[in-house]
Amino acid sequence: MAYNYEEFIRQGRLPHIWCPGCGYGIIMKSMIRAIAEMGWTKDETVIASGIGCASRLPGYLDFNTLHTTHGRSLAFATGIKLANPSLKIVALGGDGDMSAIGGNHFIHACRRNIDMTIIVFNNNIYGMTGGQYSPTTPIGAKATTAPYGMLEPDFDICKLAIAAGATFVARSTSYHALPMEKLFKEAFSHKGLSVVEIIAGCPTGYGRKNNQRTPTSMLLWQKDHAVTKQMAEKMSAEELEGKFITGVLHQDTSKKEYVENYDAITGFKEK
Amino acid sequence: MRYDIRFSGSGGQGIITAGIILAQAAAIKAGKNAVQSQSYGPEARGGASKAEVIISDDEINYPKIVSPDIVISLTQEAYDKYAVDLKDNAVIIVDNTLVHEYKQDGHTIYKVPITSSVKELLGSAVSANIATLGVLNEICKILEHDWLLEVIVGNFPERAAESNTKAYNLGVELAKKAMG
Amino acid sequence: MEKVRERKFLQGNDAVALGALYAGCKFYAGYPITPSTEVAERLAAWLPKNGGRFIQMEDEISAMAAVIGASLAGKKSLTATSGPGMSLKLENLGYGYMAEVPCVVLNVMRGGPSTGTPTGPGQADIMQARWGTHGDHPCIALTPSTVYEQFSQTVRAFNLAEKYRMPVIILSDEIIGHMREAIEIPNEGELEVIKRQSPTCPPEEYKPYDNSVLVPQMASFGQGYRYHVTGLNHDEYGFPTNSPKLIGLQEERLIKKVEENYDDIVQVEHFMCEDAEHIIFAFGSSARASKDAVLNLRARGIKAGLLKPLTIWPFPDREIDMYASKVKDITVVEISVGQSVREVSRAAGGKCRIKHVYRVDSEPIAPSDIEKVVEE
Repeated sequence: MAYNYEEFIRQGRLPHIWCPGCGYGIIMKSMIRAIAEMGWTKDETVIASGIGCASRLPGYLDFNTLHTTHGRSLAFATGIKLANPSLKIVALGGDGDMSAIGGNHFIHACRRNIDMTIIVFNNNIYGMTGGQYSPTTPIGAKATTAPYGMLEPDFDICKLAIAAGATFVARSTSYHALPMEKLFKEAFSHKGLSVVEIIAGCPTGYGRKNNQRTPTSMLLWQKDHAVTKQMAEKMSAEELEGKFITGVLHQDTSKKEYVENYDAITGFKEK
Repeated sequence: MRYDIRFSGSGGQGIITAGIILAQAAAIKAGKNAVQSQSYGPEARGGASKAEVIISDDEINYPKIVSPDIVISLTQEAYDKYAVDLKDNAVIIVDNTLVHEYKQDGHTIYKVPITSSVKELLGSAVSANIATLGVLNEICKILEHDWLLEVIVGNFPERAAESNTKAYNLGVELAKKAMG
Repeated sequence: MEKVRERKFLQGNDAVALGALYAGCKFYAGYPITPSTEVAERLAAWLPKNGGRFIQMEDEISAMAAVIGASLAGKKSLTATSGPGMSLKLENLGYGYMAEVPCVVLNVMRGGPSTGTPTGPGQADIMQARWGTHGDHPCIALTPSTVYEQFSQTVRAFNLAEKYRMPVIILSDEIIGHMREAIEIPNEGELEVIKRQSPTCPPEEYKPYDNSVLVPQMASFGQGYRYHVTGLNHDEYGFPTNSPKLIGLQEERLIKKVEENYDDIVQVEHFMCEDAEHIIFAFGSSARASKDAVLNLRARGIKAGLLKPLTIWPFPDREIDMYASKVKDITVVEISVGQSVREVSRAAGGKCRIKHVYRVDSEPIAPSDIEKVVEE
């Protein structure tokens, strides 16, 4: 029997703005299933986002939802969590949102280790504005603002998160709907700041210019280039060339969660 | 009655703290109107800086001093820069440890070896600003000595109470000597 | 028997922090910047002891964002900054107006533009406060000129923020922020404190952006009223809309909620204005010098009076208009080459002469500077 998403989708808010073939719907559904599995109530759950295609997602979901300014979802979410630590917070955004204009908020959120989950929808491009290059556009790839090919080296979002101090870092793709759901659940269960990067294709903004014209070709590319952490351990550097690793890449349970630590150190008392 | 008092010295000598203590004692212990302001800037560490205190029975509006009737200078540079625009018959107190050139100009000048005496008594010049308060208050009789001492003790950690009290009393003695 | 107020000797910035606690502020996010940093330092120490939390953010932008986030989660929130920081806050300040989130933003004005003179006073962020963030939007800005007003106007800023569901700006300046004087701290209950009101309707009937009232009720995240918050033009439920009708209704309601409450929001002090032939218009630190100027001029037989706005936005047009038709001139005093003077000229509508006293060399304006111009 098909999963019933209706309970979590706001009546009258669909159809969504995403192009045919966009992977974001798959991510949204995996998120819904993971949240439902967690048993979080709709009233205690907050979904925050920035600006961009991915950031339109919260509007479709029946939670406390916040569509903020470009790149700033983590800063808003920080305020929400400190004001009411009992709320469950998922902050999401695209690669441009999280690693360009919001890059500073991203690394500092990772460093602080506040208990919330960041989901980065990485489609290697600015989709909503029509296909400009982002910090994750691969070298040589074409974009409307990189007509001669991308010349800047790209960010590895997961490495960035680990280096900045995130205590749970994982990666999946929009092809891997079920493993992605499982990773979401692990991230939501982790006490501290968790980051999940989802590799997702943008057939309109990225694919058309880079020989991945159809949504299927993008999904197949994800399938062919994703290597699980377990598989990667048995592969040579040459074999791993051009691939990316999926699964839980990093977890550290020794670091103190920010709000709990704040309350303990300052002697905070609710008044 | 109104006092326009300008403390001047080198950044780090604690003259702003001295100004705050005097104004606080006047406002809280004596129930007067008192305003304290200061000049910040590159001179916050080193260079000449000033702290201004106005004490008055009337309302104080403009918080800066137009012409002081009391100026205290702990360094030559501070004296040169801030012992200006004085009222007639003003009182000038200079720490002659570091200030050697000054003009009489019809004002009353007191030459007091504040920094060197504090260093001799306590082994460090850290409390020179507190001694300065003792000097000033003994010469100008602005407030009860006890009121100032209470604020001094209250504004610092307990362990500093003894040395600060010594420094203040030293200032009072130095003032008596300077007044002859 | 009435409880005696505690007398405290305070720095202007400390008084803002105390005023915030009095008003029930439970969250502060900020970024260090002279001359406002003392507010952050005090609240870092005091908030956790008063049921609140403090955070120093990675920049001014995120500090403004965190303050809005905390308010959405139900806590009264404050941030403090100065010129360059205010420039950065404008992005999310606009979000606060659009999403109608109450919060208080203190700008301790210093010299500018750019880094300017961090330790010198300024009063040249008046127009930035009004028009800094893009698009049409409402604005409430308060201008304290004593350490006590730093306290009381902070309480009023929180009240207005709650009442009109919007960010409220306090425009202080380096002189007022850093000077110290004694104030009598109001006891609990002496000053009005407006609490956050929760919606009274059941969740299924809740319209967070109801256009049929001026100020819709605000629910906090986690209260059971799940709704959508966005910086896009939105419908009455908070969802993005392209409907010209809804966009127009919403935009106009935002402006009207301030415009139609002029009498509640605008506070002005009249000092010796009754029989005045010469009015001095001044706020913040310049108002202190101007008050002395009035007293000195009166002592010389010149009928001067001080019109001191405690609310600079909305601009006190009505009061200026009233005096413009009965005095010889209005002298505007400001640490700016000319921002509030243009507003005074506009409000006076040519009915009297407008004079201007200003300094922008990082030095304060002295009473004698003002007296000279009034006497001309």
